[in-house]
Amino acid sequence: MGLKTPLYDTHVAAGARLVDFGGWDMPVNYGSQIEEHHAVRRDAGMFDVSHMLIADVTGARVREYLRYLLANDVAKLKESGKALYSCMLNERGGVVDDLIVYFINESWFRVVVNAGTRDKDIAWLKRFSDQFQVEIRPRTDLAMIAVQGPNARAKAATLVGQYADQALQLKTFVGREFGKYFISRTGYTGEDGWEIMMPVADAPKFWSDLKAAGVAQCGLGARDTLRLEAGMNLYGNDMDENLSPLESGLTWTVAFDPPERDFVGRAPLEAQRAGGVPRKLVGLILDDRGVLRGHQRVVTPAGDGEITSGTFSPTMEKSIAFARVPAATGDRVEVDIRGKLLAARVVKYPFVRNGKPLVS
Amino acid sequence: MANIPADLKYLDSHEWARVESDGTVTIGISDHAQGALGDLVFVEVPEVGKSLSKGGAAAVVESVKAASDVYSPVSGEVVAANDALSGSPELVNSDPYGAGWLFKIKPSNTDELQQLLDAKAYEKVVADAH
Repeated sequence: MGLKTPLYDTHVAAGARLVDFGGWDMPVNYGSQIEEHHAVRRDAGMFDVSHMLIADVTGARVREYLRYLLANDVAKLKESGKALYSCMLNERGGVVDDLIVYFINESWFRVVVNAGTRDKDIAWLKRFSDQFQVEIRPRTDLAMIAVQGPNARAKAATLVGQYADQALQLKTFVGREFGKYFISRTGYTGEDGWEIMMPVADAPKFWSDLKAAGVAQCGLGARDTLRLEAGMNLYGNDMDENLSPLESGLTWTVAFDPPERDFVGRAPLEAQRAGGVPRKLVGLILDDRGVLRGHQRVVTPAGDGEITSGTFSPTMEKSIAFARVPAATGDRVEVDIRGKLLAARVVKYPFVRNGKPLVS
Repeated sequence: MANIPADLKYLDSHEWARVESDGTVTIGISDHAQGALGDLVFVEVPEVGKSLSKGGAAAVVESVKAASDVYSPVSGEVVAANDALSGSPELVNSDPYGAGWLFKIKPSNTDELQQLLDAKAYEKVVADAH
């Protein structure tokens, strides 16, 4: 038996199909995965993301610590509540994990890391914490529900009472504490919405109230198709400890400026950048019938590559993927699907944002 | 609970087979299988005229989640394939024993039909999978 979130019994009672995800028993779908996907693109859906780890990082030198630990630069965070997406790298420039970090005040930042890597991440955070005299406090007392879609905020706002008006004014990528809630305007779907942290004991009622407010229950299956359409990487599929962010479509998250800022993994990234990055992560669209899947071989004139994440896009009604290919790859490739080579196009991603396809 | 019609034969890999009055055998995947796979988005059926052997890979069904081989319950020649599935793979989800059939075979060895599971035995396979 795997680990269980505070909403486990709720999922079982709802008839969810459960799967193992990073050691956690999680709902993959409650009925039709495609309908759950469309609910988020067209209206509002919710996801139990309590398996992700929330940790508070506190201390007088917390900003200095995070500037050293993260490849993105928390010096960009000036307004309280502002969030930043970043990779945490090892000394070889490989990705230990990707995370969201919130600046709350000068002695308190909050990070949210992946479920499957939480123990490793805590160990990594603690490895440098003494040096900067910061405290790492895992917040296992909190659950988290993501409410996503064009109508998600309006529907969820009906449940937060006196805080509704203020919460609705949160700008994109900003989070704030409202009483027992921490509400942030973030997500992993390419739609507007909130991620709401709350005491574990409150989560089942909050979930059933959202359902009553017309928010669809969505599982990890829809979460995966939504994030792939939205062009968002999944740790373990699209990047890992042996790959640098420069080979994983995440160059935009690495703050090389200012040049005097040292961070873990900087030297190998500088070397890779100077020497030329050998591979790149690209988006693929399959026009033939079939479905692109992780680990399928990608054939290009510049050499072979590999699909890192692939699926059927319910919004575009064709198959899309991320693939890691030689840097010189042009705009056409072939993919080996069960021994047949099918033509695919290389495209810029995201594939879909705010309900609309951006490529066709 | 998955629907397991009593008049069909099954494989433990979740295919069903129905012997038609003309002696051909219609093949599809069970309600349990379609439920486990989730929404189907792509089905590859065998070409008419192709020879299949019992237990050999005959078709592919792909859901949003995963691709899965479909094995032929009997040996023989493919005499029909369900072309409607190329435009509407979801028929396998909505009607796995009817409009969601995959292909028909003219069996070359009818003794093989006797080796298939009956509904009761297949029910046990499904129960044990949980």
